[in-house]
Amino acid sequence: MHIAEGFLPPAHAVAWGVASAPFVVHGVRSLTREVREHPESTLLLGASGAFTFVLSALKLPSVTGSCSHPTGTGLGAILFRPPIMAVLGTITLLFQALLLAHGGLTTLGANVFSMAIVGPWAGYAIYKLLRRYDVPLMVAVFFGAFLADLSTYCVTSVQLALAFPDPSSGFLGALGKFGSIFAVTQIPLAVSEGLLTVLVMRLLVQSSKGELTRLGVLLAKKRSGTGTETEAVAR
Amino acid sequence: MSKKTMSKNTKINVLLLLVVAALAVLPLALGLGDHKEEPFAGSDGEAESAITEIEPDYKPWFSPLYEPPSGEIESALFSLQAALGAGVLAYYFGLHRGRRQGEQRALERERDRDRERDAESVAGATAGKTAGKSPAEGD
Repeated sequence: MHIAEGFLPPAHAVAWGVASAPFVVHGVRSLTREVREHPESTLLLGASGAFTFVLSALKLPSVTGSCSHPTGTGLGAILFRPPIMAVLGTITLLFQALLLAHGGLTTLGANVFSMAIVGPWAGYAIYKLLRRYDVPLMVAVFFGAFLADLSTYCVTSVQLALAFPDPSSGFLGALGKFGSIFAVTQIPLAVSEGLLTVLVMRLLVQSSKGELTRLGVLLAKKRSGTGTETEAVAR
Repeated sequence: MSKKTMSKNTKINVLLLLVVAALAVLPLALGLGDHKEEPFAGSDGEAESAITEIEPDYKPWFSPLYEPPSGEIESALFSLQAALGAGVLAYYFGLHRGRRQGEQRALERERDRDRERDAESVAGATAGKTAGKSPAEGD
């Protein structure tokens, strides 16, 4: 999903930067508030950022015969809400842009928009929705991470199609082209990301019950129905 | 948590990892990249060539400030990124596991001490109740 350095026309680069900036600024505020009010969560914040670091460095082969990588943003979005993930994702993208020549500074705005903003929000939204209908925690976590991953690549496809509409078939033609490169490749990887996020969440349920309850991921035993469900999954 | 549920837990975790590994290996094993000139190239790079296909005149107007001088250096930096992340995650889970074990051990020690004290007080037939501290809750 990394649009390479210089590969978005200046107007687009600026527009995506302007669109992303408020989310990141708001995220930095949420992050500092979280750390100030709950210093004990710093470690879990670090772990969420670390998860994104690992997953976005893993380039995996996919059914389309090309390679791509997961994003790892679903976990942090579910734990700490999307604004904080906007910051953690931006840090990851900045690291890759500066040290790996992967992505870039001129395309940072666009890449932040897809991976650190839309992805986390989409994943968080489906997670919340499923939880509202009492879907078991781990199922909701899976779909949250799956969608955070896949939607990121869909946004990248849209961004490129907007910048480079096909001369004959226009925006939709280009969207089909970029979509087949990114989105289709990403489907099995999004499944992998969903499973890995479930794995980490299972480990967290074992090791950090108190923290997860404070963050609202685990329910402090109320309404018997959902309570026992969460417990059952937790074991 | 009993031993039995623990092992079931571990089994599920291992199964999750195996499925992820299978998803990564299958495309390779089935040769799904064989139809391509460059099998299993990065999708980011493919997007770049798609751009130049659509707009052959497009020239990137900015180049990276720093570019790893070779594929080896690049993969080293990618490994560094993954290693940093994995290190922090391992630290997190290791720390919490150690904390839980420490708490459990402290609890056991406290219980032992209480029991000893109770035994002593019974043996010495000391007056006054030595109410055993209720063991703190936690897991």
